[in-house]
Amino acid sequence: MSVFQFILQNHEEVLELTLEHLGMVAASTSLAVLIGIPLGILITRRPGWEKPVLGGANIMQTIPSLALFGFLLPVPWIGARSWRLAVLALTLYALLPLIRNTHAGIKGVDPAVVEAGRGMGMTDRQLLWQVEFPLALGVIIAGVRVATVISVGVATIAAALGAGGLGEYIFRGLSMVNNQLILAGAIPAALLALAADVSLGWVERRLRVG
Amino acid sequence: MNSFLQDGLAIEFRDVVYRPVHGQEIVSGLNLAVERGETLVLLGRSGSGKTTTLKLINALISPSAGSVRVEGQATTVWDPIRLRRGIGYVIQDAGLFPHFTVERNIGLVPSIEQWPAERIRARVLELLQLVGLDAGLRSRYPRELSGGQRQRVGVARALAADPPILLMDEPFGALDPLTRAELQREFLALQQRLKKTVVFVTHDLREALLLGTRIALMEAGQLVTVLPKEEFTRSSDPLVARYMDAFSGGIDGKRGLE
Repeated sequence: MSVFQFILQNHEEVLELTLEHLGMVAASTSLAVLIGIPLGILITRRPGWEKPVLGGANIMQTIPSLALFGFLLPVPWIGARSWRLAVLALTLYALLPLIRNTHAGIKGVDPAVVEAGRGMGMTDRQLLWQVEFPLALGVIIAGVRVATVISVGVATIAAALGAGGLGEYIFRGLSMVNNQLILAGAIPAALLALAADVSLGWVERRLRVG
Repeated sequence: MNSFLQDGLAIEFRDVVYRPVHGQEIVSGLNLAVERGETLVLLGRSGSGKTTTLKLINALISPSAGSVRVEGQATTVWDPIRLRRGIGYVIQDAGLFPHFTVERNIGLVPSIEQWPAERIRARVLELLQLVGLDAGLRSRYPRELSGGQRQRVGVARALAADPPILLMDEPFGALDPLTRAELQREFLALQQRLKKTVVFVTHDLREALLLGTRIALMEAGQLVTVLPKEEFTRSSDPLVARYMDAFSGGIDGKRGLE
């Protein structure tokens, strides 16, 4: 039986796992956006925080995903449900591209433009929301795009905790030494990643100014 | 000193020193007064401290020693936001916001000053006319304009809230010679009508002689001399003479600047 026949025959289950997968990615990326973008902005305002925050996010990225799931297991409330655990771990992974791109995007705004704004009497807040943030938005969306694609990949490992998603097929296939089953999880996951990349790339291009 | 006379000054530098936290002095021992309604040109080569001097006026930087007074009050005492909204600021390449239309760029200060929308619209149209731009350009973005048009928008933006003081940092430096000459002429005409206090930075002696009522020559962070332009050309100061030399001899090779 080919992979595609398998997917067709089990399309309901495939769809369910895909939706679970998407749910985890959407929840974690949203959380990461809510935390990462403000943090990225904050460190452009407090230069002393730049190194520790970016360094911390960097270290997070280097922890292998299975180990991170393990570390989070004893955390109360979070560890109680595998879905929460998976979402938190994915959020932590998605933070680095968001913080880094927000920071780089705002720092990358033409200093002459910022100084012109300051020279005309804009407050720091006005400068941020009317000038720096809109001009950095393209770079920030690029960060969201990277974070989303990473999340789609890492989310397959969430199945090891029983959080569901397309990783179910991959782990099942691994234990049964069934390549078709592995591909039945891997191909939809790859397509999801591609779709996220293309659609966010389109948004990114639309928001770039200049 | 006569306090009445001091009150008549728009801007005054008193023993001003500026040294960045890590670095050498950029402005040293500067004493300079700008009278209301005059165009004072800060002339000097690159790195002579002209732009720094300008930024001390609108408090983009604070003096390390001495004081800069605007309308009789030290810039360190002024609320920087209030101070800057009363000072128009024009820089090279205009520094327009690339994501704002011409209309929003020009209406920036009125909009952060929370003027009603109708009044901003009317003001923008008035300013477009003042700087010689077609009203149809107001929905364009800066990248859709020529260099000369952008610079006109920059001037209009600086004038939007009718500030009494205008700071111009090599505003025409990046323009081709013909457009530059055109904008210089228009600036003169505009200044005749508006009578703003203008501090104008340039490294171009011709521009200084054309636009300034007085010329302050700077070199290595210090004020060499400040003279009305008529006297400037006759000054015996060796640095002034070198400037005159560098700029003398037009296309036909004649010496002298008359």
